[in-house]
Amino acid sequence: MHVPDGFLDVPTSVATGAVAFAGVGLALRSARRELDERTAPMAGLVATFVFATQMLNFPVGAGTSGHLLGGALAAILVGPWTGVLCVSVVLLVQALLFADGGITALGTNITLMGIVGVVVGWVVFRVLLALLPKRVVLVAPIAAVAAFVAVPVTAMAFVGLYAVGGTAPIPLDTLTTAMLGWHMLIGIGEALITGLLVGSVTAVRPDLVFGARPTLRARQLEIRTTEGAAT
Amino acid sequence: MGVLMALLLAGVASFYASSSPDGLEYVAEKTGFLDTADEHAGQDGPMADYSAKGVEDERLSGGIAGVVGSLVVLALAGGLAFAVRRRPAQDRDSGS
Repeated sequence: MHVPDGFLDVPTSVATGAVAFAGVGLALRSARRELDERTAPMAGLVATFVFATQMLNFPVGAGTSGHLLGGALAAILVGPWTGVLCVSVVLLVQALLFADGGITALGTNITLMGIVGVVVGWVVFRVLLALLPKRVVLVAPIAAVAAFVAVPVTAMAFVGLYAVGGTAPIPLDTLTTAMLGWHMLIGIGEALITGLLVGSVTAVRPDLVFGARPTLRARQLEIRTTEGAAT
Repeated sequence: MGVLMALLLAGVASFYASSSPDGLEYVAEKTGFLDTADEHAGQDGPMADYSAKGVEDERLSGGIAGVVGSLVVLALAGGLAFAVRRRPAQDRDSGS
């Protein structure tokens, strides 16, 4: 979903640039709470995975493809603030090294995929986690649902930006229908990849999954209760 | 182990990825605003469009781009994470 230069006008690009700058700045300050000696290498690894997986476009029919956005995945594995940093680094490298996503559109792309995608994925994940029983096995399916929701919402955020600063007079209802339709399909791929990766890491090292921590705490409490009952 | 997997995905598996336009590109084409995209300033760069310039073999060219990109992302994101991480209280460096 990398926006090239020229889709959005200059004022809109400047505005999204400012949003991205503020968002990444805030993430740099706040990620400190999520990162320590143990989780810092994990952040590098997650960003690398998002980059690698974004190269794997999967077909979604009729000559269209989709690729992982990775916002929900990163947020759930390493925490939302670190997730913003991971996706932003990927977008920066893609724009500068691979001509993927415009240079003046970098702020737009960071705002959409690095901030909206991460925040929506994380909020949906936390809300579902709070509503459902705190079980470690539920972390991966909840992650998949969060990832699914994040994709069409990010697509709608693009439509919103296009409504404000699109450079061509495109009827908004047509754009909305097309973007929403395709990105619901891409969201399914996003959900599968995210569920699979979060599930794999949770199965081996649940302690390394930022989003799984509340369920681990719940599990530890359970063990203590039974121990207390036995003595 | 994780790094190795990422390198395999970006360096080898990416060759088999779909080359169709992605959702946004497809919609832009169909609704008629794809041509408003400007040419990328880095279009002539050595790794533009995920292919290493000067490497004839498509598989190798894309593979090199994937591996280089993965390592650059790993270095940048890993370095950034280490730079902003919380340091143990007894770490004397944290004060300077």
